[in-house]
Amino acid sequence: MKEQCSIEVHNLTTTYGNTPVLWDVDFELPSGQIIGIIGPNGSGKTTLLKTIMGLLSPASGYVKIFDKNIDQMRERIAYVPQRESVDWDFPASVFDVVKMGRYRSNNLFRRSTKTDLAIVEESIEKVGLSDFRNRQISQLSGGQQQRVFIARALAQKADIYLMDEPFVGVDAATENAILSLLQEMKKDGKTVLMIHHDLQTVSDYFDYLVLLNTRLIAKGTPQEVLTEENLSNAYGGQLTLLAKVANLIKENEFPIRERDVDL
Amino acid sequence: METFLDFISFKDPNVFYVVIGIFCICSSSALIGTFAYLRKRALIGDAIAHALLPGICLGFLVAGEKNIIYLFAGAFLTGWLSTFLVDFIVNRSKVKQDAAIGIVLSSFFALGIVLLTYIQNSGTTEQGGLNSFLFGQAAAINKSEVSLFAGILVIVVLIIIVFYRQFLIVSFNPDFAKSIGLKVKTIEFLLTSLTVLAIASGIQALGVVLMSALIITPAAAARFWTNNLLKMLLIAVGFSVLSGWVGTYISYVNFGMPTGPWVVLVLSIITLLSFVFSVNHGILARFLKARKNRRKILHENILKALYQLHEREGNTNELNRRFSPRELLSIRLFDTRNLQNGIQRLKKQSLLKQEGGLYFLTSQGAKESKRIVRLHRLWEQYLLKRTQIDAYHVHSGAEAIEHILSPEIEKELIRELGISGIPEEDF
Repeated sequence: MKEQCSIEVHNLTTTYGNTPVLWDVDFELPSGQIIGIIGPNGSGKTTLLKTIMGLLSPASGYVKIFDKNIDQMRERIAYVPQRESVDWDFPASVFDVVKMGRYRSNNLFRRSTKTDLAIVEESIEKVGLSDFRNRQISQLSGGQQQRVFIARALAQKADIYLMDEPFVGVDAATENAILSLLQEMKKDGKTVLMIHHDLQTVSDYFDYLVLLNTRLIAKGTPQEVLTEENLSNAYGGQLTLLAKVANLIKENEFPIRERDVDL
Repeated sequence: METFLDFISFKDPNVFYVVIGIFCICSSSALIGTFAYLRKRALIGDAIAHALLPGICLGFLVAGEKNIIYLFAGAFLTGWLSTFLVDFIVNRSKVKQDAAIGIVLSSFFALGIVLLTYIQNSGTTEQGGLNSFLFGQAAAINKSEVSLFAGILVIVVLIIIVFYRQFLIVSFNPDFAKSIGLKVKTIEFLLTSLTVLAIASGIQALGVVLMSALIITPAAAARFWTNNLLKMLLIAVGFSVLSGWVGTYISYVNFGMPTGPWVVLVLSIITLLSFVFSVNHGILARFLKARKNRRKILHENILKALYQLHEREGNTNELNRRFSPRELLSIRLFDTRNLQNGIQRLKKQSLLKQEGGLYFLTSQGAKESKRIVRLHRLWEQYLLKRTQIDAYHVHSGAEAIEHILSPEIEKELIRELGISGIPEEDF
C-alpha cells in the first residue's frame, strides 16, 4: 500500500540559543513527488532539513516520517548535506565516500557484501562518475563533488531523499544530470525534498513547494505558492515585525512559549 | 659506533624496554592522532598534553610516591577534563575554539607547575624524576610501564579496527553520520578518550610540553604521501616510530639529555622532507613540473621558429635547411644560453642533427615543427571565429596555448574549423 503522507512536520519550533529559526512550522508533504523548499537567506531552510533528520532537536513540536519517529525510519530516508559542509581534502576516493551510503548502524562491524558493492558501483554509474571512481575527492570539480554526495544517498536505497541545495555551484551539465535523476527517482515512487534558491526554475523543477521565512508562508503546488502576495510576504521584508519580536525575545531571554499551552 | 651497536643489540636490558615502550607510545599516538588531525581537532591534543601535568602531580600527592598507576589515572582524569572544558566553553559562550584551547591549556599547565613546585619544595625524596615529565626521559621507561603502554596500544588498535567505519564517517561528515543513526556523541567520546589515553602513555618518555607533536605531526607528514586513510595511518605510525627511536638513541648517547625535544626535532625534519619531496604535493614535484613545462615551451618555440625560417624563404615542403643558432634570433628573441641548451636537448631527442657548426631538422623534427605551427594557427583561427578578439591580439592569445593542446583537442579543432594542413595566415 502506498503511503499518502511522506513527512509530517507538526507545529515545529527550532531555536539557536534563544532565537527561533523555525517558528510553529506545520505541514504535511505528499509522497512520490519532487518537493522544493524555498525562502530567503536565513529563513531556516537548512534548519528545517536538519530538524527533520533529527540532527537538531526541536524546542517544541515533532516530525513524523511515514507516520513514525525518524529513528525508526533512518533506513528509508537519505540526507544530502550541503557540499561546503565537509572538507573535501579528506583522504578518500569517490568509491570510499559512496560506500558510506551502504553503512547502517547494524552492519558497521562486518565486511561489505557483494550486493553492497554492486549497489555502490551502480550508484556511481547513475551519477556518471564511473571514470572517476578511484579519484581522490579533492581532485573533483564542484559539480562532481555534488554528484558524489548524491550517489552516496542513492546507495542508501531510501524512499525519501532530503537534499540541501544540490544545485549550488554546479555546472549546467551536472544540473541536468541531477534533474533527470530526480525524474527517474520520481518514477520509482521516491519522494525528494530539496532546498532550492533559484526562483526562476522553481516551477519547472518541482511538483510541490514549501515557502519559508522562519514561519511557514505558503505550501502547495507551484501555482498556489508562487503568488505575488506570498512572495512579497517571504522576500519583501513585510515580516520585519516578526523579526523585531524575535529580537525582543533574544534580548530579554524570554521563553518563546508558555509552559501550559497545549500544542 | 660502539654505542650504536650497544643500543641496537640491547646490551643494556633497559634499552630493550625503552625501544619497545617508544614503539607502543609512538604507534598509539600516531594512529589516534590521524583521526584527530582529520577531525581538525589536532590542537586539542596540545591542551590535553599540558593538562596532564596537574593530574600527574595529584596522582603523586595521593599515592605519596611515583606509582605509575596513580600518576596515569591522575593524568587521564585531568586530560579528559581539559577536552570537556574546551567543548563546554565553546558551546556555552562566544569564545571560539582556538581561544578556549589557549585558556584551558595555560590554566592547567600553570596549575601543574604550581603543584610540581610544591612537591619539589616539600622535600619528599620520592619525587626524584618527576621533573622529567616536563620534557620527557625515555630512559626512565621500565618493565612494568612497557606492559602498560603495550596494553594501551592493543586497546587503541583493537578499537580502531572495530570502529573503523564509525571513525571514518564521523571524521569526514558528522552530519551524515548522525543522519544514518550513528551515535556521534558516543563515537566522539570514544575518540577523545583514546586520544587522552595515547597522550597519557607518552608523557613520561616525551614530556607534557612536546607530547602533542606526536599526535599532530605524524598525521600531517603522512598526509603528503597518500590519499588513502589506511595507508595514511600506517605511514603516520612509521614516521612516528622512526623518530621516536632516533630521538631516544640520541638522548641515550648524550646521557641525560631529554628525549622529547629530540623526537620532535626528528619528526619535524621528516615533515619538512615530506613537504619538499612528496610525490604529488611536494614542492620538489611542483618545481620539476614547472621546469618540464618551461623546457617544453622552449623546445617547441625553437621548432616553430625553424618553420618560420623556412617559410620566410618560401620553402616549407622540405624543412631541411642548415641553420646556425644565430639565424633563429632574427625570428624570435631567444635567450642565447637557453637557446643553446634547448638545441642540445633537441639533438639528444634526435629532432635536430648537427653538421659542423650548423644544425638541421630530422624528419621527425620537421614533423614536430609543423605540428606546433599548425596548433598555433588553428587556435588563432578558433579564437577569431568563436570569440570577440582583435586580429592584433590573437597571436599572443595563441602563444602559450599551442603547447598544451592535446591530440584530441587538435582533432576537434580540425573538425570544427574544417581546416586541414597548416593555415597560411600568421598573426
